[in-house]
Amino acid sequence: MLKFLLNGETVEAEVGSTETLLDFLRERRGLTGTKEGCNEGDCGACSVIVTGEDGVARAMNSCILFMPQLAGRAVRTVEGISGLDGEMHPVQSAMVELHGSQCGFCTPGFITTMAAAHKNGATDHQDQLAGNLCRCTGYAPIIRAAEAASAKPVPDWMQEDQLEAQTLPAFIPTSSDELASWYAKHPEGTLIGGATDVGLWVNKDFRELGEVAFVTRCIDMIGVDVSKDTVRIGAVTSVTQVLEAVRELHPSFAELLRRYGSVQVRNAATIGGNIANGSPIGDSPPALIALGATLHLRKGDSRRDLPLKDFFIEYGKQDRAKGEFVEAVSFPRQPDTLKCYKLSKRFDQDISAVCGCFNIVVDGETVKSARIAFGGMAGTPKRATHVEKALLGKAWKEDVIEAALPAFEKDYQPMSDMRASAEYRLMAAQNMLRRAYVESLGVPANVLEVHS
Amino acid sequence: MTVHTPKPHDAGPLHVTGAARYTDDIPTPTGTLHLAFGLSSIARGTITTLDLAPVLAAPGVVAVLTADDLPYDNDVSPSNHDEPLLAKQTVHYVGQPVFLVVAESHLQARHAARLAKIDYVEETPLLTIEDALAADSRFEDGPRVYLKGDAGEALKGAAHRLQNSFEIGGQEHFYLEGHAALALPQEDGDMVVHASSQHPTEIQHKVAEALGVPMNAVRVEVRRMGGGFGGKESQGNALCVACAVAARLTRKPCKMRYDRDDDMIVTGKRHEFRIDYDVGFDDDGRVTGLTFEQFARCGWAQDLSLPVADRAMLHADNAYHLEHVRIISHRLKTNTQSNTAFRGFGGPQGMVGIERVMDEIAHALGKDPLDVRRLNFYAAASVADEASGGDILKHGKAPNKDNADLASRGATETGQRVKVYQKPGGQTTPYGMEVTDFILHEMTDQLVEESDYHARRQKVAIWNERNPVLKRGLALSPVKFGISFTLTHLNQAGALVHVYQDGSIHLNHGGTEMGQGLFTKVAQVAAHEFGVSLDAVKITATDTGKVPNTSATAASSGSDLNGMAVKAACEEIKDRIALFLAGQYQTDPSKVRFQRGAVNVAGDTIPFQKAIELAYTHRVSLSATGFYATPDVAWDRIKGHGRPFFYFAYGAAVTEVVIDTLTGENRILRADILHDAGRSLNPALDIGQIEGGYVQGAGWLTMEELVWDAKGNLRTHAPSTYKIPCASDRPEVFNVSLWDGENRSETIYRSKAVGEPPLMLGISAWLALSDAISACGDDYPNLDAPATPERIAMACARLRS
Repeated sequence: MLKFLLNGETVEAEVGSTETLLDFLRERRGLTGTKEGCNEGDCGACSVIVTGEDGVARAMNSCILFMPQLAGRAVRTVEGISGLDGEMHPVQSAMVELHGSQCGFCTPGFITTMAAAHKNGATDHQDQLAGNLCRCTGYAPIIRAAEAASAKPVPDWMQEDQLEAQTLPAFIPTSSDELASWYAKHPEGTLIGGATDVGLWVNKDFRELGEVAFVTRCIDMIGVDVSKDTVRIGAVTSVTQVLEAVRELHPSFAELLRRYGSVQVRNAATIGGNIANGSPIGDSPPALIALGATLHLRKGDSRRDLPLKDFFIEYGKQDRAKGEFVEAVSFPRQPDTLKCYKLSKRFDQDISAVCGCFNIVVDGETVKSARIAFGGMAGTPKRATHVEKALLGKAWKEDVIEAALPAFEKDYQPMSDMRASAEYRLMAAQNMLRRAYVESLGVPANVLEVHS
Repeated sequence: MTVHTPKPHDAGPLHVTGAARYTDDIPTPTGTLHLAFGLSSIARGTITTLDLAPVLAAPGVVAVLTADDLPYDNDVSPSNHDEPLLAKQTVHYVGQPVFLVVAESHLQARHAARLAKIDYVEETPLLTIEDALAADSRFEDGPRVYLKGDAGEALKGAAHRLQNSFEIGGQEHFYLEGHAALALPQEDGDMVVHASSQHPTEIQHKVAEALGVPMNAVRVEVRRMGGGFGGKESQGNALCVACAVAARLTRKPCKMRYDRDDDMIVTGKRHEFRIDYDVGFDDDGRVTGLTFEQFARCGWAQDLSLPVADRAMLHADNAYHLEHVRIISHRLKTNTQSNTAFRGFGGPQGMVGIERVMDEIAHALGKDPLDVRRLNFYAAASVADEASGGDILKHGKAPNKDNADLASRGATETGQRVKVYQKPGGQTTPYGMEVTDFILHEMTDQLVEESDYHARRQKVAIWNERNPVLKRGLALSPVKFGISFTLTHLNQAGALVHVYQDGSIHLNHGGTEMGQGLFTKVAQVAAHEFGVSLDAVKITATDTGKVPNTSATAASSGSDLNGMAVKAACEEIKDRIALFLAGQYQTDPSKVRFQRGAVNVAGDTIPFQKAIELAYTHRVSLSATGFYATPDVAWDRIKGHGRPFFYFAYGAAVTEVVIDTLTGENRILRADILHDAGRSLNPALDIGQIEGGYVQGAGWLTMEELVWDAKGNLRTHAPSTYKIPCASDRPEVFNVSLWDGENRSETIYRSKAVGEPPLMLGISAWLALSDAISACGDDYPNLDAPATPERIAMACARLRS
């Protein structure tokens, strides 16, 4: 029996382990304000607010939220954004007055996302709303509405989302030990973190997952620990939390993560999921490899560490035994020299065609160390060892950079797909090295920093 | 005054609270069944075995239907009877519906639909324009040609000449609400259908045909759509017919909605084009002769492709007077989704063609493209005289099929004789229509000034000198878009207005609401006519039982047609009340006034509600229908001659972009728009259409890329891979103004249609990107559309090498 708060009221229900919140709301509760736009977490029409044990309100995509993920949490849908007497939330009245809705189908998702941002005091509106697609308005009136509402106080009824702590079933472990124990018993089982990818396996591929465990309640696997020598990130830390933690340490990594999915996706997705999933186009592995990261794996009571770059063996294959899971990832503290370049058709909420991360340390005029890693260029996230070699010990100068470019072809034989051609991928990767160089000279090379 | 004011969308409060009801939100009766199509996995071939046993055995499955199980006509085409609901033996594209699953839940139906075992004999599919040309695979017997003057001779004698070719990609509609339908069986074989459709009458017609009943046995209701953009003009037929047939068979309500991936894989999109051109021009850049050859990829079925391709030809001139021009159009049949209506209906592709020509001429002569554009503009309206003279045109044959789809844009013409006015010596379009309302000279002047165009062009050049990696670009492009259905008989509309005894007004008309604010505008008309506030008017769902024989809400015509029909209905009721009150007060009916919530008669002010009560108790009919038919339009599509449009809507945009020459990444930094909505019925809604249209048009030409693989699988079938603009892609500085003017034609309160034209303002973004690329070298960028980062980066590399 699952217990959670729905628009301020306690709900108890028997639910399927991969039953989505969206279907539950629409089919079982008649709450049809929440819309299905894409059923894969890319359009935001199904956005709801989920308040966790920490009391923080987060926008999430209900189409790829499985019901067990809500145990003990509070959900607020568009129907719960107005007051009980029908009084509109400031974002609602602003959206009406400033013509923020046309067909209205995306609007409930915008309203919930805006209300979450409003509650959190976030004013970076276009980042907050990057996960909500609108095909009618061109967004201008929506952003105007978000701006207009931001100065208004948070209505009282938005504060009520707290549920008392409850005992969770074994398939929702609350510690690394519990997870290790569950996984030992179900080595063929599927671990679900934020479900931002697994949700698609279920919704689109109808994959049978077998036994599942929901891992994001493992309290000792959440958080970023910054010590004198090391930065250690628990595997089920959300990408939102990682983004906050690296903002000061490695701003370019933070900027990469700002463009990772959307607010809704980052709130759900875990760093461990992004790594363990093994995708060649996951955005955190290239950056972490460039930072020299170590992966911490656990199976039962035994733990082992390996360089993150060695975890990815080939497409679809990682160095992970049955019943073994990612417990954490860490990288050494270091002066920031990391540059991350994410290339996609759309800046926000798009999967990288190429993701290049350069950690090049220049001492005087000489390249002292170079760790370069790419996503989208091979079957796995992969280090550019030949390029690194062509730079190491050489002068950080244009002719050396140009001479290093052919080495990319030794490191990578990318493929053509719907995101980019092989030819373009290779050219873009080479040009990213050129960009790293010209940026080091202070030449403007980022279109996001140009304004009219 | 309720018209010409910025009233918010009537459903705004419902949208923001989640209370607005869409087709999938309608509470369904117990026992409602859910449908899903089983789809072809190959692009072209013959089905040899179709094993549906695993589908039938799947949990919750109630029935599985194939083409053989359909009771009557197996067709959902809006035009040519060439689109079976379910494939018979042959399949024509990846995603073609082959069988229909009826199950107890949506999920069960979707799951089961994947379980069929289908064997095919595969044939090599025709996927590209080149494939289709090589195989001479086309609709109609040959290319359509419009001729004016002698392009061949003019080209021979031209001082300068350019020949080139480029590609324009298609566009997925990506309405946020996917297709959905619900059929509710009634007594005596009748059927009620709720649909997410821009064309309820079309649905009614196709459902009736599929059920073997007359149209009076089918009622279709549409309250609203979650976006349409043309994608719901004909493409909803399949779902509605499927639901109706299954409901008839099972005697249970049947519902169907496409999962997003299915929606994108099954339904048609904007037509891809290749455009070849051969242009001659003088030293100043004036076009002296021009040949366009347009190649449209139509997909596997005809759908609305003929009028779409026609409209591309009709906009091959855009804002430019062409003396000697030849426009050739090929409508190519391929093994891909059947392309369909999409905001602009071919017009945008035709317009991109001529804008590209203007741009390349300017590049060849080293001129500012704006100067070349202005030089070629049609003469200003103030110079053009009143139309005079006459010209008789004969139309094509009348349709002879009993079940012809008369209300579809895919229908054939009726055989009426028409008169077209044309002044000898006036400037005409390539299809012989005199341009008498051209206002782009004045609009361009104003926009150039307000956007500070010339100074910014200089600044861009200086900035580009200083920046080796990033380059800026700036471009202005105009829009002249023809308003009317080119199938003349569709330019009609009906309305039904009731005034109840308490003074409340019930409004109904043939238009559908897809977000554009049509219902608000039309309610403003009714409120204005009766002199009451907007909240006295109840807006109700479009219903084929209330207003029959409606045209699609398409061609930007919604408020022009339905606004006039509603006005006529209101006037009818007002006339009856006026006649009655004039009798009571012994005065002239023409002196009775409806204003400010009251009726003024002979010095008395009677509250509206009281006047209605009086009229009712004196047995005055308070219900009326209204009808409107657009005057002065006539068109011979085969000859390519006539006056297809009642008037033109105009606009112009200046866009500034920045590109990264290393990766092709780019941003729209600023857009300035001046758009002509005539005397706007509702400036707020019109500006909403302009902002949204611009972003949608810019999306089409930049990041929105459809990719098929070599087997004909659409690889971009979800928002994870098909990228429409998101919030940060809107121009950072976005200045939108309405042109202060009124329609020279007698439209509803002199307003102009605004649905489609603004989409084409986005062409300026594509031209600005090309302008930025030009900073990389001397060659012409030759940019195809969409201008993805990849295309931009490759063009920069080309220019630099």
